[in-house]
Amino acid sequence: MARRILSIWLARLAIDRWRLAEDVSISPSSSEEGAGGGADRAQFPRRLTTPQPPPLKRRGGNDVPLVLIAETAHGPRIAAVNDAGLAAGARAGMMLADARALCPGLATAPSDPAGDLAFLERLALWAQRWGPWSALDPPDGVIVEVTGAAHLFGGEAALLADARACLAARRLAARLAIAPTAGAAWALAHYGPDQAILPATAEPKACPDGGGLLDDLPIAALRLDGDTALLLRRLGLKRVGDIAGIGRDALARRFRTVRAPAANPLVRLDQLLGRLPEPLLPVVAQAIPLVQRRLVEPIRHRALLDQVVADLAAALVRELEGLAVGARRLELGLWKVDGEVLVRRLEMAAASRDAGHILRLFGAKLDDIDAGFGIEFARLSAPWCEPLVLAQADFEANAEVHGISLAACIDRLSVRLGEGAVRRPIPHASHMPERAQRWQAPLAPEAASQGELAFHPRPLKLLDRAEPIAVLYASPDGQPRRFRWRGNVHEVARAEGPERIAPEWWRERSGVRLRDYYRIEDEQGRRYWIYRAGLSGDGRGGAPEWFLQGLSA
Amino acid sequence: MILPPPLLAPERAAEWLPGRAAGQVRHAEIFAAGGEATGAAMALAMAQDQMREGDAEADRHPWLWVQDKAAVRLSGRPYLPGLPLSLRHRMIHVATSNAQDALFALEEALRCRDLAFVLGEIAGNPKALSLTASRRLSLVAEKHGVPLWLVRLDAQRDLSSARMRWQARAAPSPAPRLNPRAPGAPTWHAELFRARGHPAGEWLLGEGGSVLSASPTSHQASLAVTA
Repeated sequence: MARRILSIWLARLAIDRWRLAEDVSISPSSSEEGAGGGADRAQFPRRLTTPQPPPLKRRGGNDVPLVLIAETAHGPRIAAVNDAGLAAGARAGMMLADARALCPGLATAPSDPAGDLAFLERLALWAQRWGPWSALDPPDGVIVEVTGAAHLFGGEAALLADARACLAARRLAARLAIAPTAGAAWALAHYGPDQAILPATAEPKACPDGGGLLDDLPIAALRLDGDTALLLRRLGLKRVGDIAGIGRDALARRFRTVRAPAANPLVRLDQLLGRLPEPLLPVVAQAIPLVQRRLVEPIRHRALLDQVVADLAAALVRELEGLAVGARRLELGLWKVDGEVLVRRLEMAAASRDAGHILRLFGAKLDDIDAGFGIEFARLSAPWCEPLVLAQADFEANAEVHGISLAACIDRLSVRLGEGAVRRPIPHASHMPERAQRWQAPLAPEAASQGELAFHPRPLKLLDRAEPIAVLYASPDGQPRRFRWRGNVHEVARAEGPERIAPEWWRERSGVRLRDYYRIEDEQGRRYWIYRAGLSGDGRGGAPEWFLQGLSA
Repeated sequence: MILPPPLLAPERAAEWLPGRAAGQVRHAEIFAAGGEATGAAMALAMAQDQMREGDAEADRHPWLWVQDKAAVRLSGRPYLPGLPLSLRHRMIHVATSNAQDALFALEEALRCRDLAFVLGEIAGNPKALSLTASRRLSLVAEKHGVPLWLVRLDAQRDLSSARMRWQARAAPSPAPRLNPRAPGAPTWHAELFRARGHPAGEWLLGEGGSVLSASPTSHQASLAVTA
């Protein structure tokens, strides 16, 4: 079954949001093709019977030119413009000063990109009324998969009409399209005829038909970045059909080094026609397990607080059990009478829903709480959960007899000692000794790596910083004879080396010197790993310096 | 706890395998200088021998290396490519800011049934590491059966309840067969100065093959020859 994808483009998202927030009661702004607007209101009158807020301000309506501005390093820049502003000559991306020169009466308001994105996320969830899953198409679009769902609305045309009516009722200007691929749906929503439906074809063709819908779209419909679109326009390619017209080989040669889809028109064309897959990240609503207690009397003492936290932990554990998950991260919020909120967070090494364990971990975190006039409200939530099927009952009593598990042990250690204190070394792909190991959380999975080639023995321990030593040698590039480290003189009894390790030229500055490593043993049998940085006369500094880096077993 | 009594005179020490002798010991201390890796290396070798003697189950478990800040500064951090091959992939490292936190970490770790053994490195003679603290560690280690190897860097021989106490320093290694001028297999001069069920004595410990083996020190060897 061919996929059907609905693309919703909120052409005036920022302006519409601003208007809704300002409570300006006028008809939504209409885009060029007449999305939203009065015609729809007449067509779907039942949607408009909801009580409308009374008109408060006329400012920001389509009769006053309005721009939303973003502060940049070079002054305010226009982020969005309403229709009157467009007519007056202001454009998104202009500096505000330039626009003011064209239209002195320009009204301004600050833009809110983060709010727009949050609104878009909520809208993506809401848009799942037309299909099983949806994805964000930032900055101002939503993509809904409607495969096999259109018949529930009476066909795809009826689905589009329903979607338009719903969006119009929310007073959002939108343009919609349905196509077999996300790329084609996006292109039609932005540049095609209004409410376009591209029928599913048997196989993608070089020159897509569908009534020549896609052929006539401008190059910008391929979702290319500015430079690439400009380049294609200079090459004389203005329509999508033009690309299919000239030889594919010519374009493949020109863009052979470009991998990013936004800069390679052939990749975008293939995505448009469904020859290349284009993964989309679906938006999934997730409920955070959360329990809370409102306290009759504000509490000021630690013993009572412990009791409240114990109650919360027990309630949260019941909640988690119902969802068959265990908590990885917990957040305890304490609302104080004087209007402050104290938040304590902790993370656990493995998913757990053991109330005693949670209580014990929070015990250390609650020591520095200043209750002030009292705590009146407490809430415990688990923002990060992982599936956990089996539960072990009676953790503490078990611990007395059988000892605790590794995950619980690591939790206890990292709660008292801090996150970075408990770690595990993992090999890293580098031939520089100090970079050959990295540290990560103890129970995190180890990334796959190539086994290291153990040509030479390595020391058991490595100093955090290689310590400079004063060395006596027979010849500047020869083996060391005697060295002084931390105030003691060591006679070199035996030595093996040099093992030459070149710097990582792709990472370091050009002046970094190579290292000659020696494994040495002094006259008392102490074994060390020392190196000489550089050679005499390598043109990268003066006489070579010596360092002691590792202690061998 | 009853130890098997292999009461050997130091003269017969060539037959003595320190790792096997440490069989049931759950808390041992090794005193070593901070400027060498002797203490940790000897503790690892003995822990490996003990695991070999014990159950094969513990041979797959992770193990913990606890260091306080002074120990890190004196002798550096463990280095993955240099660790013994069988222990390399399952080490968990804990770095603490002071000896008190290190003792807390050791005690919590000894309660954990999933650890093969615990290696602690504490520099000097901190006040927190008193006889009471070491007694606590001994009791926890014996209750839960997790061995503790405590390396004391640059420390005086203070009071302690450890079941075996060693003083160790590096010793000249045997010359390798292929390159006699290179450093050879690790060798340590170890003095057992206090143990339950063992006479005190001095040995040269080396990893002959894969098992830690003891040979008499040159001083004792000369004594044996004259006798």
